[in-house]
Amino acid sequence: MFNQNQLDAIDNVIQVNLIEAGLDHVIFMDMAGNTIAKHDNGKSHLDSTAFAALAAGNFAAVDAMAKLVGESEFSLLFHKGEKSSIHFSKVNDDTLLITMFNKDISLGLVRLKVAETIKKVNTILACE
Amino acid sequence: MALINVKTREVQIKIVYYGPGRGGKTTNLEYINKKYRNQIKTEMVSLKTQDDRTLFFDFLPFDVGQIKGFDITIQLYTVPGQVKYNATRKLVLRGVDGIVFVADVQKEQRKKNIESLNQLYENLETYKLDLFKMPLVMQYNKIDLKLTNIPVLSSQTMQKDLNSLLRVPAFEASALKGGNVILTLKKIISTTLASIQDQVF
Ligand SMILES: Nc1nc2c(ncn2[C@@H]2O[C@H](COP(=O)(O)OP(=O)(O)OP(=O)(O)O)[C@@H](O)[C@H]2O)c(=O)[nH]1
Ligand SMILES: [Mg+2]
Repeated sequence: MFNQNQLDAIDNVIQVNLIEAGLDHVIFMDMAGNTIAKHDNGKSHLDSTAFAALAAGNFAAVDAMAKLVGESEFSLLFHKGEKSSIHFSKVNDDTLLITMFNKDISLGLVRLKVAETIKKVNTILACE
Repeated sequence: MALINVKTREVQIKIVYYGPGRGGKTTNLEYINKKYRNQIKTEMVSLKTQDDRTLFFDFLPFDVGQIKGFDITIQLYTVPGQVKYNATRKLVLRGVDGIVFVADVQKEQRKKNIESLNQLYENLETYKLDLFKMPLVMQYNKIDLKLTNIPVLSSQTMQKDLNSLLRVPAFEASALKGGNVILTLKKIISTTLASIQDQVF
């Protein structure tokens, strides 16, 4: 369970690092499919509850496939669409960060921003 | 484990409908979705094969109001019941807070019910969860078949097969007609909420 300070800090990191960098939607969630924090740029709508359930299922399925081929995990999970794309990252053993972004942003920038964010989130989670 | 967010004051609870293939798990959720349509904000999500068998899960979230200032959201899931899908069944159980075991009262399904329940016990063990401590409700489904020529098992037999050790609440039901679907749902919600309240509030 996360305390109020941690949730505030996580919200802030997501807002500053990801939304202000131009990403459309960001969901921080647990592996069971529960949303912990969600942010968007206010421009487009997303059914984030259903999305989180599907994302958890998708991540879990790919993770199980990795184990079957002897990989501890596949580090990059990325779905590219014509207008928008989705990027999945594991934050720690229990949580995931999902970002959605449009074609104006490069995957390289997203990966960089996501990596920074994950580091910060893990620091936040490490201090009670 | 239920997700409790102290900032947004939300609690998200995961309830899984588990049981043998074709037992009526998806039909339970479809009935609930129809019955409570105007209280449910999102569409039901079903990942299924072309012949309507669950491939990964069905998903249906809905709000049940507030407890001690927290908004409670219930997320209903079904597992795929077919034997070959145990790997995905296990994935759906991750983070489960309460379980409805949907058994099929048809005589020819007797063994499948028992095998499915045994496997549920094992699958929970992989998450270090104990079926005997899990909020659980039994549903003996397709009771409407009593009125046809199809042989069905008596409630005593179902109880003896599945519930003699667990001793949890059990209901005869007809997911197809809606009989006791809501009663089953209310029971698992109240049992699960009671167990979560013991843990956190
Ligand atoms: N007579 C009768 N048929 C039912 C009842 N509930 C479900 N069925 C039928 O049983 C079949 C299987 O139902 P589903 O709800 O798809 O079963 P399931 O448990 O989700 O099956 P899997 O997804 O394969 O695990 C369907 O043809 C339903 O119409 C019931 O209460 N009575
Ligand atoms: Mg089904």
